[in-house]
Amino acid sequence: MSAIEPTPSDTPIRNQLVAGRVRSAWIFLTPMLVTLIIVAAWPLARSIWFSLTDASLLHYPEAKFIGLGNYYYSKTITMDSGATTTTMKGVLVDGAWWNAVWNTIRFGLVSVLLETLLGMAVALVLNAEFKGRGIVRAAILVPWAIPTVVSAKMWGWMLNDQLGIINDLLLRMHVISEKIAWAADANYSMIAIVAVDTWKTVPFMALLILAGLQQVPGDVYEAASIDGVHPIKVFWKITLPLIRPALMVAVIFRLLDALRIFDLVYILTPNSSQTKTMSVISRENMFDFDKLGYGSAESTLLFLVLLVMVTLYMKLGRVNFDGGVQ
Amino acid sequence: MKKPWYQVTAFYAFVIFVVVQAVFPFYYAIITSFKSGTALFEITYLPTTFSLQNYYDVLFKGNGTFLQNLWNSVWVASVTVVVALFIGTTAAYALSRVKFRGRGVLLMTILGVSMFPQVAVLAGLFEVIQGLGIYNTDWSLIFSYTIFTLPFTVWVLTTFMRDLPVELEEAAIVDGATPWVIVTKIFLPLMWPALVTTGLLAFIAAWNEYLFALTFTASNNAARTVPVGIALLSGSDSHEIPWGLIMAASVLVTVPLIVLVLIFQKKIIAGLTAGGVKG
Amino acid sequence: MKFKTLLATAMMGMSLMAAKAMAVDLSIVSGATGGDLQFMQDELAAFAKDSGINVKIVPMPSSTTDQFGQYKLWLAAGNADIDIYQTDVIWAPQLADQFVDLTDAAKDVAKDHFPSIIQSQTVNGKLVAIPFFTDAPALYYRKDLLDKYKLTPPKTWDEMAKDAKTVLDGEKNADLQGFVFQGNAYEGLTCDALEWVKSNGGGQIVEPDGKISINNPKAIEAIERAKSWVGSISPKGVLAYQEEESRGVWQTGKSVFMRNWPYAYALGNKDDSAVKGKFDVVPLPAGSGDGAGSAATLGGWNLAVSKYSKHAEEAKKVVMFLASAKVQKDNALKQTHLPTIVSVYDDADVKKDQPVLVKWKDVFLAAVPRPSAPTKTKYNEVSNKFWTAVHDSLSGNGTTADNLKKLEAELTDLRGDGWK
Repeated sequence: MSAIEPTPSDTPIRNQLVAGRVRSAWIFLTPMLVTLIIVAAWPLARSIWFSLTDASLLHYPEAKFIGLGNYYYSKTITMDSGATTTTMKGVLVDGAWWNAVWNTIRFGLVSVLLETLLGMAVALVLNAEFKGRGIVRAAILVPWAIPTVVSAKMWGWMLNDQLGIINDLLLRMHVISEKIAWAADANYSMIAIVAVDTWKTVPFMALLILAGLQQVPGDVYEAASIDGVHPIKVFWKITLPLIRPALMVAVIFRLLDALRIFDLVYILTPNSSQTKTMSVISRENMFDFDKLGYGSAESTLLFLVLLVMVTLYMKLGRVNFDGGVQ
Repeated sequence: MKKPWYQVTAFYAFVIFVVVQAVFPFYYAIITSFKSGTALFEITYLPTTFSLQNYYDVLFKGNGTFLQNLWNSVWVASVTVVVALFIGTTAAYALSRVKFRGRGVLLMTILGVSMFPQVAVLAGLFEVIQGLGIYNTDWSLIFSYTIFTLPFTVWVLTTFMRDLPVELEEAAIVDGATPWVIVTKIFLPLMWPALVTTGLLAFIAAWNEYLFALTFTASNNAARTVPVGIALLSGSDSHEIPWGLIMAASVLVTVPLIVLVLIFQKKIIAGLTAGGVKG
Repeated sequence: MKFKTLLATAMMGMSLMAAKAMAVDLSIVSGATGGDLQFMQDELAAFAKDSGINVKIVPMPSSTTDQFGQYKLWLAAGNADIDIYQTDVIWAPQLADQFVDLTDAAKDVAKDHFPSIIQSQTVNGKLVAIPFFTDAPALYYRKDLLDKYKLTPPKTWDEMAKDAKTVLDGEKNADLQGFVFQGNAYEGLTCDALEWVKSNGGGQIVEPDGKISINNPKAIEAIERAKSWVGSISPKGVLAYQEEESRGVWQTGKSVFMRNWPYAYALGNKDDSAVKGKFDVVPLPAGSGDGAGSAATLGGWNLAVSKYSKHAEEAKKVVMFLASAKVQKDNALKQTHLPTIVSVYDDADVKKDQPVLVKWKDVFLAAVPRPSAPTKTKYNEVSNKFWTAVHDSLSGNGTTADNLKKLEAELTDLRGDGWK
């Protein structure tokens, strides 16, 4: 749309100009491509390669190729009685893995939805003119600014059943009638994770949406206001379409981060099967159980799940492959 | 047009709610940072004791390691942002303003980099960093952080640049400006809100990163960053978690970021609207 | 950039001045914290004066899981920057290939250590690491409260539950708990549950010969007993507790009993503690029936030399120094750490200044190792499956009998043709 491209009425000079622009485009892309090839290509390729081997963390340089064995294989064993039995192994038939997939998707969808809605509300507030706006803007960024390693531990204490301030606060406000073990109780652990993640990431969403709102020219609102259009209608008809590109990108990156969530779960509820996500289970296999190959297979599958989800999202959200909105 | 009082009240109520929920844990961290010993286990809403001992211990015990960590974090995060914004802007210009074959595939590939969990690339990245001979230096972090700052920066900036009106550029091309001049003289001044926002988010991401920092700078205390420094704060025994120290350190770490936001907030909010550019 | 260079130059200058001519510089990585770190630094400084071997300490976060992952990564990559590793008692079988054999270096002193600890660090006849200090939990009890209700420290778990109930009923304080332990699903629960099972005569999950013994009526009974505590004498939240959460409840005076490691003793006796002078420790209670008897999970730390070290001979000297009776005695006196050398417990200074350590000698005699030796490289997975089964049972996620049956099947599958 806004890119300058060849048209049927091209003159030779115009063609030359376009060729020159494409050449400089590639020059402009070089730093990024070089960096990404060094930083990302090798590690990612290694990860996929490990998933096809019997690599253990302690001996990964000597990993042997085993095909798709980490993903799925079946084996028939003969028991002492002479009868035979067939067992299936691999990530694809691993109940713990599918449980983690379910946890991750559940977490990802709920938290991103919440964060988007709240982030939008906060961004709209910050975009309005009022006294003390600067302070408020700095204040809402605080959760994002505390290192996750610290804030996760901090919430761990605040959510502690006996010593935590949250239970104390809720009891005083008569919201709950008895102390709840937020992180320990299977019924609440996922709620706790979603709540803390939302608390932490709303600023990120709000800031990105705010940057989008900044691009909406002020006179659009003035015109609408003079015409007496209801503010809610202004939001749906004017604001939302204008900030959609920024919103879409913000959601994609939130979704990617949410589906890879690791440190919060790892610190708050490391071993609960209710909250164990794909990243957590993959780390567990790679590092704790020394099964680098198996864990890498899980990481590779995580990559595929993410690819499917993002593609789906882009299709449904009508985001085109150029990263923009049609 | 004056708004009715109930709308104003509701608006401010929401603002207060947002601020309180965001700041309360931080406030609690500040209170906790004044405490020590058994008092750490007691729930209080107002400061009961006031002692700066924890701050003193964090800053000056351990031979100033924490100050060194703080400086490393500032350095690493700043360079990471500069690198990400430079590479991001140039790439975003090419991706948003020039039509060429493979553009969509390229954008998807960049996004694909963000689809692997960080733990999964750890072993491979470790090899790369050893191979480049930057293991145990701050460059190992600046280098590895591009893996998460770049895709994000490139995508956000691409989206923003795409929305800038085509007339701007056409006028410049007619004047014979080179692409470099177009980017630096025409686009950059208009991109302030996006640049500051992405820069800030990249800064915080680099500032908070823990896993890479622990792995790639581990045996060199002088190159470690703040999150690792906080994880290394210790009680008298390995089972004891020194909450007072950790909270004091967290407060010390968060304050520079708040200052940063306050400095840049004019830039975040000013920008296109003020620039008078219309879409 | 300029500032950075300046700083680097200045620091290089300082380290050059500090280094002695001809001295060897080594690195030791350790998750030790606070006082322990300082202690190690002082000892190493003294050692450097005599030997000319300088050792730099690389501190690590105290989470053992995080340390272990890092160390494996470094060792796999043949990292030559680290010469000496401080290792957890359960790591030896998994890291055996990566460490230098210390049998020769320790041949004169190995017999002075508790044989069970030396045994735990020996893999296929190779002494992987030399014991530095050991650790074992005990039952903490509130003297004042037990006295008030004319109770004596419990000898069995059932007595403990009954005593706790008596005190809770008498005190009528909603904030008071009967017993806190480590019920979170993590390595700590493996330790706690192993004690319940072993003390009830239910074996030790996987026996030294590799036999999987966990699915037995005694074990089921032991875990069922623990389950009956949750929600009665223990808060429901105990299922999320690690060491510090238990200590938090305990030290604010909100529990009658606690299962914890020795570190809570010194902290509980600090001036600001609500339980200062009001508590004491005894060996953990026993179960009931045949084979019942107190059991305490063996913890503790050891020192190993990396096979990628460029100065293995010097590194061996360092670990032998740190594991010597002299340093162990200092460690006992200054840091209240349990020596691994038997004779240190009978040392006059230790007896005089650290009477609590002598109490712990009794605890230690009932120590039981986690099954890291027989399960070899699979230990982490075995432990994970065990604590998951126990956590599920405690939180009512399936019956204990079913969970242990399932656990046995999983462990058998994991073992395959034999533990490797």
